[in-house]
Amino acid sequence: MDIDTKIQIQNLNVFAKDQQILKNINISIPKNKITVILGPSGCGKTTLLKCMNRLTDLYPELKVTGNIFINNQDILQAGEDINNLRQKMGLLSQRPYPLPMNIYNNIAYGLKLTGIHKRRELNRKVVSYLQLAALWDEVKGRLREPASRLSIGQQQRLCLARGLAVNPEIILADEPTSALDPISSKSIEEQFIKLKQDYSIVLVTHIIRQARRIADHVIFMYLGEVIEEGPVSEIFDHPKMEKTKQYMSGAFN
Amino acid sequence: MKKAGKTEEKIFKVLMIVSTYFIFAVLALIIYSIFEKGIRAMSWEMITQPPSGGYYYGKGGGILNAILGSLTLAIGSTVLAFLLGLPVALFINVFLIRWKKLVSFIRFLLDLIWGIPSIVYGAFGFTVMVFLGIQTSLLAGIITVTLFILPIMIRSMDEILRTVPIGLMEASYSLGSNKSETAFRIFTRQTVSGIVTALLLSFGRAIGDAASVLFTAGYTDNLPNSLMEPVATLPLSIFFQLSSPVPAVQDRAYASALVLTLIILVVSIFSRGVGRRYHKTKINF
Ligand SMILES: Nc1ncnc2c1ncn2[C@@H]1O[C@H](COP(=O)(O)OP(=O)(O)OP(=O)(O)O)[C@@H](O)[C@H]1O
Ligand SMILES: [Mg+2]
Repeated sequence: MDIDTKIQIQNLNVFAKDQQILKNINISIPKNKITVILGPSGCGKTTLLKCMNRLTDLYPELKVTGNIFINNQDILQAGEDINNLRQKMGLLSQRPYPLPMNIYNNIAYGLKLTGIHKRRELNRKVVSYLQLAALWDEVKGRLREPASRLSIGQQQRLCLARGLAVNPEIILADEPTSALDPISSKSIEEQFIKLKQDYSIVLVTHIIRQARRIADHVIFMYLGEVIEEGPVSEIFDHPKMEKTKQYMSGAFN
Repeated sequence: MKKAGKTEEKIFKVLMIVSTYFIFAVLALIIYSIFEKGIRAMSWEMITQPPSGGYYYGKGGGILNAILGSLTLAIGSTVLAFLLGLPVALFINVFLIRWKKLVSFIRFLLDLIWGIPSIVYGAFGFTVMVFLGIQTSLLAGIITVTLFILPIMIRSMDEILRTVPIGLMEASYSLGSNKSETAFRIFTRQTVSGIVTALLLSFGRAIGDAASVLFTAGYTDNLPNSLMEPVATLPLSIFFQLSSPVPAVQDRAYASALVLTLIILVVSIFSRGVGRRYHKTKINF
């Protein structure tokens, strides 16, 4: 595995009861870059993301085969240390699910799991991660309120802060700006661009312009298959496949 | 054709209205008679003193023995059933998530057990007690009632835990929590008001049941003072007082019924309130 590669996926197949959701996926996710997974709805983007931290385990109807190497460890083989492995990956799900506790504890919960218990350190980190997710100014006076009272866009940013707080190496973000207005989206996009210095980011979107703005590396999927993968300039300006060309020109919409 | 449909609708409408009124009338009658007769027999002495002269013939004193006995027994068995039931309900919903068939089989079994009448639990408890040489006692009553309410407790907590979205489970695991942390810190917190409702529901069952305590907890004029002594309960005090040949004692049964009804009423109003709060703080989309 290349030293600049963070995640290497080989021959990944996911089967559901009567359909194959992912078909022979072979891709590599570069380190400290933003990799954007693009593709129309239902093509398997979320499923691919869930494979990467083995949330597919929660769905008995799914059968996963192949290899996913992260730091040279095949996570599909990993047994007991799956919790540690998941902690290395911050997941932002397509819909935000705040933990059933107040805003402060939504961040502190993960911090405590990583072994931080001193009140002062917790306070400091909670503030800094809320700032990182561009949420601090909106919630600083109401940290003891239940997180469920936040708007969906705020919840999405809370989930970003919460995911960053466990100090992951990889961020898996499933349409993280889908509930945000253009201005908040922009600010999240800018955060992602800053974050890539410290994290490897995999971001799912079906907004082509967003992909163009922030991607370093693009993976284009269609009906469970990876059609084309490469640097952003190549995929956008010189796509090799006819399908990619059509999608980029908006022919699918 | 159209006309026939209309008549049909009319008949059903009348039927619905009649049966609704009928049910409400019957309910109102029951509550009225309990209150009417109960309040007549009610006195300060009734709820502050144990009976004097025996529960079967005595006209003096009160039913404090049964009030305290019922509360002790019901609280004891509700707590015990909660401590045993919550881990089971969490186990079904968090640890067995990959075993859907097993889970539905467990649910089916629990529903079957739920349907067993309480007298069977009473008889079972009694058999075990005879086998072990144990007398009727508060402890035997608590254990029997715990077994009786356990399926109710587990299934009602299970039903509320089922509503936890899988996305929340994914979020919890993504942060690195293991299964127990997900169960005890995330799932319980998400469903806290539902769990309280399950507790109150089970408590209501426990305090209102006569058959399961008849052979196991026994009856006494004394206030509850030891786990190893028999204990009085409100449903049985109603039963004994009503079957007394003395009319004055029979009247006292309605006072017991009134107290029991009020306790259950307070508990259900309370659980309604908790349920409503729960819906208010749910995720707002
Ligand atoms: N647990 C499952 N069981 C059966 N089929 C599933 C399961 N999860 C996903 N699928 C199917 O797999 C396909 C891909 O789903 P997925 O959620 O990965 O799509 P997506 O690319 O994320 O779409 P979107 O952009 O709408 O979020 C869909 O057809 C979906 O119905
Ligand atoms: Mg998706």
